[in-house]
Amino acid sequence: MAQLMEPTNLYAADFDRLVGRLDGAWSHFADARRAAFDRFNELGFPTTKHEEWRFTNLQPIVKTAFVPAEPGAAVTTDTIDHLAFAAIGGCRIVFVDGFYRSDLSNLADLPAGMRVLSLGEAADDALVCDHLGRYATTDDSLTALNTAFAADGVVVHVEKNVNVEQPIHVVYYSTAGDRPQVTHPRNLIVVETGGSATVIEHYASDETGDIFSNAVTEAVIADNAQLHHYLLEREHEQAFNVATLRVQQGRDSRLESHSILLGGGLVRNNIHVEMTGEGAHGLINGLYLPHGDQHMDNHMRVVHAAPHCDSRQYYKGILDGSSSGVFTGRIVVNEGAQKTDAVQSNTNLLLSNSARIDTKPQLEIYADDVKCTHGATTGQIDEKALFYLRSRGLSESAARGLLIYAFAHESIDRMKLEAVRGIIEKLLVHRLPQIELLEGLL
Amino acid sequence: MTTPLIEIKNLHASVDGQEILKGLDLTINAGEVHSIMGPNGSGKSTLANVLAGKEDYEVTDGSVVFHGKDLLDMDASERACEGLFLAFQYPVEIPGVSGMQFLRAAINAKREHHGLEELDAINVMKLFREKAKLVELDLDMLKRSVNEGFSGGEKKRNEIFQMAVLEPTFSVLDETDSGLDIDALRIVADGVNTMRDPERAFLVITHYQRLLNYIVPDFVHVLVDGRIVHSGGKELALELEDKGYAWVDDEAPAAAAK
Ligand SMILES: Nc1ncnc2c1ncn2[C@@H]1O[C@H](COP(=O)(O)OP(=O)(O)O)[C@@H](O)[C@H]1O
Ligand SMILES: [Mg+2]
Repeated sequence: MAQLMEPTNLYAADFDRLVGRLDGAWSHFADARRAAFDRFNELGFPTTKHEEWRFTNLQPIVKTAFVPAEPGAAVTTDTIDHLAFAAIGGCRIVFVDGFYRSDLSNLADLPAGMRVLSLGEAADDALVCDHLGRYATTDDSLTALNTAFAADGVVVHVEKNVNVEQPIHVVYYSTAGDRPQVTHPRNLIVVETGGSATVIEHYASDETGDIFSNAVTEAVIADNAQLHHYLLEREHEQAFNVATLRVQQGRDSRLESHSILLGGGLVRNNIHVEMTGEGAHGLINGLYLPHGDQHMDNHMRVVHAAPHCDSRQYYKGILDGSSSGVFTGRIVVNEGAQKTDAVQSNTNLLLSNSARIDTKPQLEIYADDVKCTHGATTGQIDEKALFYLRSRGLSESAARGLLIYAFAHESIDRMKLEAVRGIIEKLLVHRLPQIELLEGLL
Repeated sequence: MTTPLIEIKNLHASVDGQEILKGLDLTINAGEVHSIMGPNGSGKSTLANVLAGKEDYEVTDGSVVFHGKDLLDMDASERACEGLFLAFQYPVEIPGVSGMQFLRAAINAKREHHGLEELDAINVMKLFREKAKLVELDLDMLKRSVNEGFSGGEKKRNEIFQMAVLEPTFSVLDETDSGLDIDALRIVADGVNTMRDPERAFLVITHYQRLLNYIVPDFVHVLVDGRIVHSGGKELALELEDKGYAWVDDEAPAAAAK
């Protein structure tokens, strides 16, 4: 494997500085951190020779002299309010350039039985000691890099049988600095038995700046618990973003993961789920809309490690300009995971001749009594439908907009929270032609 | 003399380099209903699509003047906004686009074209309700994706419903009767007959005479091999039914030679 990577000792000085800065609260994590950094140096950044990175070239990241971001950037509440979701109220925790900002956050009205903390302030919390780094494997060099530099992020804890309807809005806002800046947000979500939570992980930025967000979220959904997770990528269109969601699912638990990728220049969206308890359900829904030169790589891995689990992967892409997209959907059914019911579908709409999509299902099945289906399609706008709409008076661009909107709508419909769905729908519509016309219809 | 609503002169059109319409002339005045009959493959749908502005068809010669304007100069959306409507022989299914959403957009696109205020949701619903009654269409069907999962008859009724809502001045009905049972046929015909008025005209394309018992045309034309070879009153339809298209086929060379 090593020859597929480029060994590196990038970031060594930065690592030493970080270790020197972190206080005793982090001591329980020191060995894991050191091991992760060694692992990263051993592995280096993956190259396109690596099977899992065939279509995504990280050279632009390797070649940029990223330095760890500094705290204290001037960002106002207004900026964060304007990012949407302010309307739905509730709790919000904001990180600017990777650092927790209590002045921009609102954690006043947390329901009983739920804790939302900044990892930087709660590094030695019992929950963190128990779970941090247990699930996200450092076999992946970017996760290793995150683990080495993990210093802040959100910790969400939902106690047994506590059901929280209101979403927790987690904002990662990156500013344009003097130098290229990297952040390594590290999140931990633990929903105890019978509990439920909704978390919106939202990446946004200034309109410019060399920024690289390398985020890892570990989520534990205990028996009979639920997590609704939304990933919303809206950074500027030259930003680098690698976000890994690593989920551990208990018996009869439910995961609903929704990814909406609008921004970022080079985006890698890893959703890696392990169903370790019987009867777990997983909905993994996504919508990516690259245009211009954007590149969006969706990398799914769902491991059925217990019997009677079902997983549904539905990813849709709308690709314009000379953008590119990747969908890799791996379903692993372990020996003994009988009665697995897994569905995977990837559908793409190409709006331009120079847009490109690489899609690839990967099934690894080691049990015999399973149902696994997968399908991928790529097409253009249906010319017959387009003419039908135009023949009723819709302009060409309005007709196109309506058809694109219709294509995306299936993904939006799967989002259960109406408030969140409404906002995402509006954000989406703003990316379509003839928004005035369509907005009137929503 | 009144100016015709639509005047088609020496229309030649090809698809994929193959000529389908070979010099078609047809003049229709406001208030009239014309019918075009003809064997399969004679170019009836081609004529309908060329009038509606489908880009697959290349007009190689001739002219079409609609409301005094050059129709061939307009794109499909503009033609619709100017008052042309085509009820398709095979209406398309559009997954994900609800009938209401789409028709409301169409109504307002047309109003905008004519410099009118947008029609609000309440008035749009009122209009839908009124017109749905006319074609006995269940309004719930409009909440579904356009034509998706509709039966053949439902699709055709939906076409007539759209026509009733958009109130075009010139409607082309391409074999709207094909595959309809007698009740559905009567509903479709009633819809058209209710809309007949001195300002409007219809071109009813059909393969069978049956529809013309319900929508009584002022003129009947027979299209063979891309040309109109016979024109007459409504009795021509009956004659065709009796003698079959072979009869006009025999006559065609004579007509073409004129
Ligand atoms: N889009 C098209 N591409 C290729 N050939 C076509 C197309 N549309 C029509 N044609 C051909 O043109 C001829 C006339 O077809 P059409 O207008 O559909 O006839 P009608 O409606 O009278 O049955 C037929 O030979 C048909 O195959
Ligand atoms: Mg036809």
